[in-house]
Amino acid sequence: MRTLIFRTVAPYLSTLMIVFSIFVLLRGHNEPGGGFIGGLIAASALAIYGIASGVAPVRRAIYFHPMNIAAFGVVLGAVAGVVSIFVGVPFMTGLWIYPVIFGVEVPLSTVLFFDIGVYFAVVGTIGSIALALEERDEI
Amino acid sequence: MTELGPILEASLTFAFVVLSLALLLCVYRVIKGPTLPDRVVALDMLVAVAIGLIAAIGIYTGFTLYVDIAIALALVGFLATVAFARFILVNAERGASQPNGTASREQTAVEERAS
Repeated sequence: MRTLIFRTVAPYLSTLMIVFSIFVLLRGHNEPGGGFIGGLIAASALAIYGIASGVAPVRRAIYFHPMNIAAFGVVLGAVAGVVSIFVGVPFMTGLWIYPVIFGVEVPLSTVLFFDIGVYFAVVGTIGSIALALEERDEI
Repeated sequence: MTELGPILEASLTFAFVVLSLALLLCVYRVIKGPTLPDRVVALDMLVAVAIGLIAAIGIYTGFTLYVDIAIALALVGFLATVAFARFILVNAERGASQPNGTASREQTAVEERAS
């Protein structure tokens, strides 16, 4: 859309939305949130940026094709499940490690990587649909 | 529910009453609104009032989680308004390019405003 105010604000707004989506994604294990809703917020950020300044800048900004991002997310989710083979427990069992980084205990798990996979799958799918719909009538 | 002081409790009751009235007025404008832009602005206002209501409920119940919900609604509700604005723009341009097309009453109203 040819509106100066919206076009100026849109990059900052989409940046804010993507930061908030990552916050929702990382909080998701113990509190409401998670990969799916985080992915939806990130896809909304892509949609707003696409409406403001056209689809081509968005495709240039995310660098990969949205479907590739979705496929990467599905593969990441599957790999997070396969890790449990090496420990000898059933598929997709949550495994936790507690490394101490700079004196702070950081709980990491395969569940987190599965959630990140869901995030990428949702960003890729919904972003692909939104960008395809926006491409149809560019103003 | 946490313990609230008398001032805070009175303010919360006042806020709930005012916000509920605002919601009802917005719904009235959405139903009644003669043109599509009126309805879009009313929907945007509805989202804004809902954000305020969610924040008031957050103070009433003491769950800080409601603030995050309000932030998410504020960020995503803006997308709906922008998408509606774009829809109106595209429809107006289509109606202008084909004057004998199937432009509805609302679209012609938009064009009259634009001209």
